[in-house]
Amino acid sequence: MSFWSRHQIFEKNSIILVVGILLVISIGGLVEIAPLFYLKSTIEVVDGVRPYTPLELAGRNIYVREGCYLCHSQMIRPLRDEVERYGHFSLAAESMYDHPFQWGSKRTGPDLARVGAKYSDDWHVTHLTNPRAIVPQSVMPGYPFLAENEVDPATIADHMRTLKAVGVPYSDDQIANAANDLKAQADPDNAGSDAFTKRYAKAVVRNFDGKPGTPTEMDALIAYLQMLGTLVDFKLYNEKANLR
Amino acid sequence: MSQPSISKSMTIGESGLAVVFAVTAFLCVVAAAKALDAPFAFHASLSAAASIAAVFVILNRYFERPAALPPAEINGRPNYNMGPIKFSAFMSMFWGIAGFLVGLIIASQLAWPALNFDLPWTSFGRLRPLHTSAVIFAFGGNVLIASSFYVVQKSCRVRLAGELAPWFVVVGYNFFILVAGTGYLLGVTQSKEYAEPEWYADLWLTIVWVVYLLVFLITVIKRKEPHIFVANWFYLAFIVTIAVLHLGNNPALPVSVFGSKSYVAWAGVQDAMFQWWYGHNAVGFFLTAGFLAIMYYFIPKRAERPVYSYRLSIIHFWSLIFLYIWAGPHHLHYTALPDWTQTLGMTFSVMLWMPSWGGMINGLMTLSGAWDKLRTDPVLRMLVVSVAFYGMSTFEGPMMSIKVVNSLSHYTDWTIGHVHSGALGWVGFVSFGALYCLVPWAWNRKGLYSLKLVNWHFWIATLGIVLYISAMWVSGILQGLMWRAYTSLGFLEYSFIETVEAMHPFYVIRAAGGGLFLIGALIMAYNLWMTVRVGEAEVQMPVALQPAE
Repeated sequence: MSFWSRHQIFEKNSIILVVGILLVISIGGLVEIAPLFYLKSTIEVVDGVRPYTPLELAGRNIYVREGCYLCHSQMIRPLRDEVERYGHFSLAAESMYDHPFQWGSKRTGPDLARVGAKYSDDWHVTHLTNPRAIVPQSVMPGYPFLAENEVDPATIADHMRTLKAVGVPYSDDQIANAANDLKAQADPDNAGSDAFTKRYAKAVVRNFDGKPGTPTEMDALIAYLQMLGTLVDFKLYNEKANLR
Repeated sequence: MSQPSISKSMTIGESGLAVVFAVTAFLCVVAAAKALDAPFAFHASLSAAASIAAVFVILNRYFERPAALPPAEINGRPNYNMGPIKFSAFMSMFWGIAGFLVGLIIASQLAWPALNFDLPWTSFGRLRPLHTSAVIFAFGGNVLIASSFYVVQKSCRVRLAGELAPWFVVVGYNFFILVAGTGYLLGVTQSKEYAEPEWYADLWLTIVWVVYLLVFLITVIKRKEPHIFVANWFYLAFIVTIAVLHLGNNPALPVSVFGSKSYVAWAGVQDAMFQWWYGHNAVGFFLTAGFLAIMYYFIPKRAERPVYSYRLSIIHFWSLIFLYIWAGPHHLHYTALPDWTQTLGMTFSVMLWMPSWGGMINGLMTLSGAWDKLRTDPVLRMLVVSVAFYGMSTFEGPMMSIKVVNSLSHYTDWTIGHVHSGALGWVGFVSFGALYCLVPWAWNRKGLYSLKLVNWHFWIATLGIVLYISAMWVSGILQGLMWRAYTSLGFLEYSFIETVEAMHPFYVIRAAGGGLFLIGALIMAYNLWMTVRVGEAEVQMPVALQPAE
């Protein structure tokens, strides 16, 4: 019996064929994915990375909803030109609370991993409303409607509870104060601002869209953009210890 | 009295499915009433309406049909079930044109951003997933379902398993597309590329896909042929693996069962790895294994030649499905994914070149002794050129997966060009070829309405592809080089926006290429429509030769 004729077992038994397929396609995935969950070296040990504030989280959900990741990456590669253009290369730890990740795959626009604090809030408001008002050659769509939609503070706690269930370490305190914190971050005069900044290290309290009242989607999105890449202090980051 | 009378009664499938849909309709009405956000309310209402329509259709079908179910055989010949195939073939053409059109729109938006109109549902970020899903899952998916249901029946010489089940698959799958597509426009997305639909659409797809697997597998089990034909191995690998990938990439926790938003279970680097394990194998198993099955059936059939090498088929099959699954990390080169995973991904991607070309050789060499048919049969030419594009893309892919090449190509239009040489050239052309074969076969027509129109379609679409991919090569490599260009003083030479500006002419050329591809598809739709309506029109009148005297 030739070697080739042994293959008949797959050609004559559909169930054996299906089992064979399942075995063959499992190997690669198991080897590449499973170790990422238990190898300690996968995610660097870093100080400063924290879960998103309620307003930042609402902003992040707008970023996802509008498909920003389709043109903007959030992943700086350790190549000379990228580090010089965008800043320190991205760490795995910086997206460890990202459900889902927003690394992106295409740069029709620039990388946003460290866009936080690079431009003023005013710049962002104008640019998001009409990108060509600031950058005439830009091909980005305008998002004037963000300034008109209000963010609902009431539901954000449910979002944080869901994220906690999938592994983001929100404290009970953070969840209980979510609705107030969402309003406080966009309103420096809010009585709860101090308590808010204690709950979220390095969080910035500003009226991001420059308009009074309930935070808008513009507030939320800018709050998110302004914190991107600002959590880790790279003066204190121990690169050698995390060499992989 | 002794006459056996066939009393008409509902089958378990009919009554069961009617009850299930009635319950679903009720649940959807409740969900619509309690919905937390407008898109969810819309989708719940849509599902309620569809469920009620399904109950009505099932009951109506029961009252209309004769007492006996369609026989499995008539006069010793299998009584093939062509209804669901016709439906899926029609839908594939419909979604194909819709998907190409949206592609043309977003390509134009990149050239002329005013076309975004600054409205939420017309902006690039929402239309781009609509384009990718419409062409991959709606157009490609329907071609795969239609052709797989055809091939499995013919190559097993047995009627498709189930009566309602195949209809459930084709209609249910297209309903999934409808929910997914309208969701993108309304901003419902989980932002995982090619897996954007939210949790409820994912659940529905899971049910549909399991039924698809069962229909296919039971048909194979019932086969009258001792061997399972090679095309069916590839279809099986496609169906089984897509199920595994879908389940692996999509586990998510909804914020509320009455809302559309969910958070995926994985985070950061693990989520990235799961995503591109899924994403690359959506290419490997949806867009490759499934369409290779088409190649293995339709090219031999059309060329009237046997598959070139049986042994090569075996090697091709197992090595392809084994190697493909490893290739995902090449989408994450130089990212925060650990180096060892990137290196594994690169190594296996390069190895993948071999089985890919093995398959290409098996497809092309099937024409041995029939190469002359390329001159006379534009459908066969389309199928063969698709395999040539397959060979080109599967050389380009491994090359781009090499880290140094990838450091230039990643994040640029080169990737978009690579995808489209595979998507337009390989998947598009092999699908067009299959539909040109399938429509006359399924509708019992002698041939196509017009081969001349097929010829026009072929050349217009080919020209479109060439414009598209060469524009993207130039713009991608240009942009990659501009990003890393330094002045003699050691400063970055170009600001980012200068590289955007440099892309404009190529974006215009790309849109023109996409427009040509769309025109080709419109010609095809007309041709197929007329094939169904009137059948073969052009009688091939051989020039009356003067007999030598």
